[in-house]
Amino acid sequence: MSPSTSDVRIIAAGIHPFGRTPGLSGLQQGVFAVRQALAAAGLDWRDIQFAYGGSDSAGNADTMVSELGLTGLQFINVANGCATGGSAMFGAYSTIKSGEFDLGIAVGFDKHPRGAFDPKPADWGLPDWYGETGLMLTTQFFAMKTQRYMAEHGISVQTLGRVAEKAFANGVATPHAWRREAVDLETILAAPLVSDPFTKFMFCSPGEGAVALVFASAARARRLGLDGVRLRAAAVRSRPPGSFEVFSPALDIVRGPSPTTLASRAAFEMAGVAPADIDIAQLQDTETGAEIMHMAENGFCADGDQDAWIAEGRTRLEGALPVNTDGGCLACGEPIGASGLRQVYENFVQLTGQAGARQVGGDPRLGYSHVYGAPGVSAVAIVER
Amino acid sequence: MSPTPIPLIAERLIDFDVGGAPILLGGRDQVTGRLVFPLPADEDRFERIALPDRGRLWSWTIQRFRPKSPPYAGPAEFTPYAVGYVALDEAIIVESRLSGVAFEDLRIGLPLRLTTETFTLQNGETRLTFAFAPEDRS
Repeated sequence: MSPSTSDVRIIAAGIHPFGRTPGLSGLQQGVFAVRQALAAAGLDWRDIQFAYGGSDSAGNADTMVSELGLTGLQFINVANGCATGGSAMFGAYSTIKSGEFDLGIAVGFDKHPRGAFDPKPADWGLPDWYGETGLMLTTQFFAMKTQRYMAEHGISVQTLGRVAEKAFANGVATPHAWRREAVDLETILAAPLVSDPFTKFMFCSPGEGAVALVFASAARARRLGLDGVRLRAAAVRSRPPGSFEVFSPALDIVRGPSPTTLASRAAFEMAGVAPADIDIAQLQDTETGAEIMHMAENGFCADGDQDAWIAEGRTRLEGALPVNTDGGCLACGEPIGASGLRQVYENFVQLTGQAGARQVGGDPRLGYSHVYGAPGVSAVAIVER
Repeated sequence: MSPTPIPLIAERLIDFDVGGAPILLGGRDQVTGRLVFPLPADEDRFERIALPDRGRLWSWTIQRFRPKSPPYAGPAEFTPYAVGYVALDEAIIVESRLSGVAFEDLRIGLPLRLTTETFTLQNGETRLTFAFAPEDRS
């Protein structure tokens, strides 16, 4: 593929380890990630022309200029739920593609309190009774979506367990992961149920962390002598009729596709590649069932093929399509504002051969990332070395 | 003297027929014809509809940890409860608490009917909400 003048490249990436960091605010973790990314590129904050940044519950991203320097740059805050990072990246992509600027940054960070998320019904256009009577939980949604999917497509509980087993195994080899201990399948399956069919090892937890990515035009990247990876597609889509979303008191009887299906198709079209071309994929895995369903919604396999795929180890690091190579949300936790950018960070690290013990073999060229969140939004990005 | 009726947990959620049986309220979008639940406040746009009172379990889970308060308004002492999506006759799929059914009997396709459930708040007061229970229970 010959580079075009409108190419957008990610030339450096930085991360603050995920998990819990009592001494640092979410914003400070964001600053840490930005500094690490700038250092990797040999750039100074004064070189950065624009930034997109956001968090869900750790403050306003643009206040980090007080730490990084008052350069007067254009800094746009992004708030788009679980797709906050994906949306920040879309902003950076569009800004460079338009020719407005040629060097910028996308940063996402978060710091959530312990325990499940506690959304307020009114924020989602829902009546209070929905939350009061205990129906408004993201975990319930994925449990019920998975339960229905398992019945319709013949997915076994063992497959749910194997996805968690793989996530923790990959987390062992990932310095930025929160959970870095392997858990065997038997332990995962025998653990207490949290929300059937999921045991406590089949959910991710809200956490902390930050990621920053440096974006440049192809011309600027060449002048800097930094190839990085090319961002071939960035798509954000909201829900179509008949989709099954978090926080839905009711569903249409006529079932339809998902925002993930739409974002995925758009991204593949934008990149001019097909699912079979992808070498590694980071798919939203807030629960093991989510990874399984998202494999099909993103077009990597047919509904129901996941049992065989996972039994054969096709999504493991050494498999044909490694999925969630850093352990995903299951091993890294979910700081909402940072989670989507972590996936792109991981693809960047893998495609540039810097993934160390978890490095995927076979010289991976195309990396795919996908986030999903309430109230029905998906963001997909495809990067190429 | 008859006991004081339990207050409803919300307006525009449930009603009762002349025989005292609960009615779950939905809305039909006058513009698109789409059926929605719960009934929106804008009753100029949404026609008030009595949703079917019978259906089949479409999916389910068991809430085994206490949700955070707010928004959860239940008592501090927690008992796990079942929730599900119930497909009401070819009309709409509604999310609901499930009552009167053992967890081990839950299965997709289980016939269910609308009922009411007394929900206890943290301060001990009670509110009436809707639930679905197996067909064969009164």
